[in-house]
Formats: sequence, C-alpha cells, structure tokens
Amino acid sequence: MNITKVLIVGLILVGAGIPFSAAAMTPQEKGLAIAVEDDKRDNGFKDYKADAIMILKNRQGDESTRYLRFKTLEVQGDGDKNLTVFDKPRDIKKTAFLSFTHSLDNDDQWLFLPALKRVKRISSSNKSGPFVGSEFAYEDITSQEVKKYTYKWLRDEEYQGHKSFVVEQVPAYENSGYTRRVVWIDQDEYRVLKVDFYDRKDSLLKTLTYDGYHKYLNQYWYPDEMYMVNHQTGKSTQLSWKNYTFQTGLTDKHFNKNSLKRAR
Amino acid sequence: MKRFLVTFFALAVPLALMGERAALGNELSGYVEGEVRLYPESPNFFGQRDQSASFAIQPEYYHELENGSSFTFVPFFRLDSADSERTHFDVRELTYLWLHDDFELRLGVRKVFWGVTEVLHLVDIINLTDLVENFDEEQMLGQPMANLSFARDWGTLDLFVLPYFRERTFPGNKGRLRFGLVVDTDQAQYESSAEEWHTDWAARYSHTLGDWDFGLYYFIGTSRDPSFTTGTDGAGNPVILPVYQQIQQTGLDVSYVVGNWLWKLEALYRKGQGDRRGLTRNDYVAATGGFEYTFTGIFGSRMDLGVVAEYLFDDRKDFALTPFENDVAGALRLAVNDAASSELLFGWVQDIDTDARFLFLEASRRLGDDWTLELEIRTFLDQPPADFLFALRDDDLVQLVLQYHF
Repeated sequence: MNITKVLIVGLILVGAGIPFSAAAMTPQEKGLAIAVEDDKRDNGFKDYKADAIMILKNRQGDESTRYLRFKTLEVQGDGDKNLTVFDKPRDIKKTAFLSFTHSLDNDDQWLFLPALKRVKRISSSNKSGPFVGSEFAYEDITSQEVKKYTYKWLRDEEYQGHKSFVVEQVPAYENSGYTRRVVWIDQDEYRVLKVDFYDRKDSLLKTLTYDGYHKYLNQYWYPDEMYMVNHQTGKSTQLSWKNYTFQTGLTDKHFNKNSLKRAR
Repeated sequence: MKRFLVTFFALAVPLALMGERAALGNELSGYVEGEVRLYPESPNFFGQRDQSASFAIQPEYYHELENGSSFTFVPFFRLDSADSERTHFDVRELTYLWLHDDFELRLGVRKVFWGVTEVLHLVDIINLTDLVENFDEEQMLGQPMANLSFARDWGTLDLFVLPYFRERTFPGNKGRLRFGLVVDTDQAQYESSAEEWHTDWAARYSHTLGDWDFGLYYFIGTSRDPSFTTGTDGAGNPVILPVYQQIQQTGLDVSYVVGNWLWKLEALYRKGQGDRRGLTRNDYVAATGGFEYTFTGIFGSRMDLGVVAEYLFDDRKDFALTPFENDVAGALRLAVNDAASSELLFGWVQDIDTDARFLFLEASRRLGDDWTLELEIRTFLDQPPADFLFALRDDDLVQLVLQYHF
C-alpha cells in the first residue's frame, strides 16, 4: 500500500472524526496512518533554534556535560537540514556539525574542526554510532520522516495518564542499530511519550522518555526533557532543551560550509 | 609585521566600529598548555638537547556584532626551554568578518585549510607552516588577507588578496628535528624586490554535488615553501638560507563519500619553484590520495576503527623538497566514543624506493571537563644518507601535552 493512499485514508478518517479503531484497517495501515497524522501535525514549522544541555552518566554515577546549540531548517519532501555547534566541553568549543538528512538515502554530513580550521566530509553510514559519546545514536537525533520506518499498530494503552497508541516501527533505512522501536504516542496531541529500542539481537537496549512538553506557535509540541537510559550498560543521557525559538528566518544560506566554519 | 599590524588596525578597526550598532556578545576562551619532549636517541648535532619543556598560551577574544558580523583576536605565545627559535609569538587570528546577505568579507589575519587527506597536507597555500610548533606541518602562522567569499547555488567562490608575507619558522641551533646546518631565518631571501610586501593572489571555486566535494584554485605569488641555498651567518658559520621564489600554482582537492568509504585526492601543479639542487626552476606535479574506511561499532562495542591508506607523490622524485615523493602511508584511527572522547591514531609512511619509513602514534583524551592530555610518538627508521630526513634520523620523539581549556 503506498503512502499517498494511506495518507488519503488517514485524512479522510481524521477529517470525518472517525477514530482509528475503525475496523477496516489492518494494524500496519493503522500504524502508518498514525505516523502520517503525526508528521502532518509537525509540518510547517519552517525553522527553529534551540540550546541543549546533555548530561552523560555512567553506571557509577560519574557525570560529563555537553552544551550544544541546534539550528534546524525544514525541507519539504525530504529530511531537514541541521547545524549543531558545541560550546562545552571547552576543548571542542566551536566544533560544528552540519547534516542534510534524507528519508532513506544516507545523510550528507560535514564536521568542522576549529583547531585546524578544517571542514571534513564524514561518512554518515554510522547511524548507530553514539552522538558525542552519549546514549543517543545519530539515528535518534536526525529528523523523523514517515518513510524511514514501516509501521504496525500494536495496541492502545494508558501511559502516564494519556490515552496512547503503541506502535512498532521497523527501520526501512540501512545500517540501523535497531531491529525495531516501540513508540508510545498520545492520542490527543500526537506527542511521542516513550520509545523502547531493540538491538540487532532483538533485546531491549534503550528507553527514551519525554517530559515537559510545551506548545509553540499554537501548534507544535516540543519537549523540555529527553531521558535516554541504556538497559544493557546502565549508562544514561539527560538531554534538556532551552530557548526554543521558531521561524527565525533561517534559510539554506545558514546551512552551508561557509556558515559551518563561522558557526557560534 | 609591525607595519602590517598598523595598516590592519588603520583599516579594520574603523570598519568594525562602523559596523557595530550594538555588541551582542563578548567571549574570552582559549587554552594554556605544558609540553614535555623527550628524544631517546643522542643528538646528531652539537648543541642539540635530549629533552625540552615548554609552555604555550592561546587565548581567543570574540566580539559579535548585531548583523552576525564579528571581530576575532587569537594571539599565540610559546616559551621553550631548549630552542630559542621555538620561543615565539604569533597572531593566529585578527579578523573582522563582515557578513552581508550576498557575500562574506574577512579582513585581517587568518588561517585557511583546504586539505582532505590525512597524512600530507599538500594543497594548502594561503598560510606558512609554523614548523617549530610541530613536525606534522599542521600548525600555521596567521596570514594577513582580504578574503571575499560568495556562496551561491552554483558553488562557492573565494577571492584572496594577500598583501604581506610571513616567513616559515625553522628550529634553531639547539632544536631537534632540523637539518645538519641551521636554516638562518634572519637572512631569508626573496625573488621579488618587494620582498615580504609582494601582493599575492588566490581564487578558489568549491562546490558540493551529492556525495562529491571538490575545490579548484589558482595561486600567484610568493611560494609558501622556501627553496634553499647556502651562506654564512654573522660569525662566519655555514648556514642554510631560505629563498622565497615567485610561483604560480593550480590545486585540486576532491572527496567522495560512499557508504563507509571516503575517497580523497589532493593534487597541484606548480611553476617557478626550485628543488633540492638549488634555485633553478623545475615545474612539477605533486599529488596525494587514497581512502578512509570506517568499521563502526567494532566487536559489538561503541568504538569505531578507521583504516586510512594514501599514496604520496612528487614528480621531482629524489630532488623533491619533501621526503614524501613516492611513498605509501597507512594509518589506523580508533575512536572510543566514550565521554572522554578518547582517540588513538597509529600511522606508517613507507618510502617505496628505499627502506626509509616514518611511524607515528597519537593518543588523546579529556580529563574531567576542562583538561586534555595528548601523547605523540614519532620515529624515523632506516633513512639512507640521500633521504630528505636523513639529518632527522635520530630525532625520534616522545611528546606529552597537557592542556587546560578556559
């Protein structure tokens, strides 16, 4: 079943106010319809800037902190463009990371190394690799596109007081570190509340929980807190977001190798 | 240099002030470092030491203006216990950046890096190597320039005017990693009668097309690599004199990414440079290229292992002003991907025509939030007397650097 068809089905259902429990859909169709609706609701933000603090913690409780700044430009019909600049630790201050994400193809990625003033093209097939030593993999922080997964609705469930869809997502792109993700999405606002990640042996690897959702521009829900715990190593990463600003006028010009070199 | 600084301030500071409506931010950052170098083998030349200790500081002052324009000042100073030539001061960066909707203009002192390969940095032509800093030629002296950059859909065009020339630094009498005779930088010679005030030009076009990144440039002006002749110093001792000739150079850099593969090429064609025999011009082609393949998550861990293989070529062959005229290089890069950003790089450069080889190991990690520790080991093996690095054959080096970042 192609996406356009599902999109139409989904839109008709939503438009008619018919709940997804409509008996005609298979679990796969329903899972996809939820993803399409989620994507639709996230669509149109244009661009945003945000600051982030990452606290990495190991099993012994030792902490290491990173300060980062993100800029994102929405690209219609493809993955978004992202620019990430590091403030701390201080030895990697001004190190910057530019990525053009794509739905199924490998992302285009460049790294700027300030000591050498070098811009280096890097291979993006390392999707399962840890992002700056954290428990977030590169594939966890790139933009989520409908085409990146195949879907299967598992059940409806109450999660922390929210009526939620529980949907299984299987990566459709290559080089994922996961066999599948199981995602809890609240039925009212389509906010992701929790994700379980299963490794290549299909054992539970990590759990990501979201907290402190706020609504921006009267439409877009973004979390203040994302907490990733690795069940196999006991390590965790707390990712806290601050200073979200939307529609700041960013354009393609802010996402090229020149802007990467002077990113602050 | 003084005259240059005066000129710079006369031009750039008023511009910076004109552009300034409201300062958005001032920022002071940088590092201080302590370094210890040990040379396990006895020196070859009188006066050279077995060890050295040194201290360096590189603060960075950044001032952002309302429209995204900015002013940056990065001075650098090193104090070395053994080599008075290594005790030196440099302005690494002193730049006013004017960010316009249609272009970027940079006025002042900067460093520009275009290379793509790992072992040898061939195409970089804007800056002079700060050779006393490190043998790897990755440390550069700040270069005064005006740089106008246009980023468009069809690519990026960079124009450079380089009004003043900085001479390359060379280790002094007591320094290791030098030729048998000292290079007397006080007696540098120039082909141009304008000497260091000769205006040099460069234009570079670069673009990204899908998985390809490439750059093509043309440079005309004073060579960043000296040729050499011999002479005597004030005391009548024989010395080597650096001679900066006028050259024209076309350079190309290409990288191509496919899956875990990264393919790289740097190539240049230079007219006007002498060679190891002297100042007689010998136009030449030089190139280096190869691949980097990354094994991700090796042995089920979080670690990545990169395998680098590169070929290094200079068609002046035995007369090249470089040891890397027909060499192969291999390197392994281990990224632990831990909270301390631990990294390990081991490399081997092998001359194809002789037994000469050069091995290096670099290891680094963060200590706490603000400190980094870096270990570097280099060894020169089986250099025959005709080798460019023969004089350095006993200059194997163990170096430890502790940096505090603020």
